[in-house]
Order: sequence, then structure tokens, then C-alpha cells
Amino acid sequence: MSLRSLTRLANLGRPFTFNNLLTSSFIKNVNNEIRSPLASSILCRYISDSLKKTLDETVQKNDVVLFMKGTPEIPQCGFSRAVVQIFQAQGVDLSKVKTLNVLEDHELREGVKEYSQWPTVPQVYIKGEFIGGCDIMLNMHQSGDLEELLLKQGLVASDEELEKEE
Amino acid sequence: MSAGITKEHLEQTLRDKLSADHVEVIDTSGGCGQSYDVVIVSSVFEGKTVLQKHRLVNDAVKTEIAQLHAFSQKTYTPAQWVELSNK
Repeated sequence: MSLRSLTRLANLGRPFTFNNLLTSSFIKNVNNEIRSPLASSILCRYISDSLKKTLDETVQKNDVVLFMKGTPEIPQCGFSRAVVQIFQAQGVDLSKVKTLNVLEDHELREGVKEYSQWPTVPQVYIKGEFIGGCDIMLNMHQSGDLEELLLKQGLVASDEELEKEE
Repeated sequence: MSAGITKEHLEQTLRDKLSADHVEVIDTSGGCGQSYDVVIVSSVFEGKTVLQKHRLVNDAVKTEIAQLHAFSQKTYTPAQWVELSNK
């Protein structure tokens, strides 16, 4: 069985976009180079259907989801801490941010990397859309793009709204 | 791999796979080779969003990142890099 048909097998019944993306980049790799590190990682770390379903629901049901190491109160990694601080600086109500501690769940820790096609934790989802990790959050925080996104999605109050409340 | 990923290996891989004009790899691990900050300047980033750029980098060093504890990246197009250097 060729690597490509193995991948296709692994993707059966999975219309999810990230997996389609994964398949296309994988095939490109096979064409471009004989050695494909993706092949083994697809087959070894393929996340379970139940975890994928749980994650789908989690990111759809919650406005903001943060996969992190530790908790917002006690982050256990500097990058996770930085993302929590960015949310605080932006005035996002942390009680409304769904946080999941990957250190408490090994399947989640590995599964979320596969799910988002992103190799590291923390990971941020806003309104069901994958935003990125710490570097991207910091980048967007500094450029003003994060504020714009949070305002657009109604996750922080605008200056006018704040004035009205006062 | 207990020896970790070397700075040189990471630098070369990024240069090769992303046709980068400029790559800076800073070892922030204190010697164990598990934590890096990288700056990459490449024309392949032209017209891409930050997320797309980071995904390109993540794909290029996928196996390496899996072995690291920390990996932080800054990505620039050649034009952005020139602008930044002039500041």
C-alpha cells in the first residue's frame, strides 16, 4: 500500500478542512521529496474521533478558547502566561474565555496539535476560528489587529460603549 | 534525541526550505538546545497573513519543532526587513 493511499484511508469520512489541508500538503511533500516526516506523524498521532468531536464542539460553543499549559491563575509556561496577559490587557473577560489545561490530559496535549495543525501550545480560537499561538497573539496585540478583531466580534466594549456605561 | 537540535541545523533547514534571504537563530535554552527564537526574512512571505507565514515556517521545521521545548518566530518579507533595519 502506498503512503498516499494510507493517508487517504486515514482521512476517510473526514470532511474537516484542516485534514484536507493536511492531505494536500502531505501529497506535495511526497512529490517533492522521498523522505516525508509527515507520513509517520499522521499515522502515529492521528486524533480519535471522540476527541475531534469534543474539540469541534468546544471551539464552536465558546467565543474564545485558549489551550494552555496550566490555568489563567497559575500558568505553567511563559508563552501561556503571555497570552493570558494579552487577553487581560485587551480587557477580555477571562471568565468568558474557555481555557483547557493540556498538562492535565495527555491525549488533549498531543491531539490539539494535530487538530489545529499547529505544533505548539498555547493555541487560541476566537469564534471557532484558529487564530494562532503566542507569537501571533503578541504580533496582533502590538499591531492593533487583535483589538480590531475583538471589537468586531463583540468580545470587548468599544470606548463609546464604555463611556455610555459611566 | 537527547542531543537536541543544533542552531546550525535549524538555520540551514530554514534557509533551504524557505529560500530565506536572512535567518537568525538565537538559542535561548542556555545550552541544552531545546529553545530557540528565530527571525526569518524571505520573499515567500510576500502577501501572506501572519498565520499563513507561521504555518509555512512550522511546516518547514515540523520534525525539529516536535523535539523542542520552545520555538518562537518572527517572519518578515525582504521589504519589511529593510524598513525595520532603517528604523
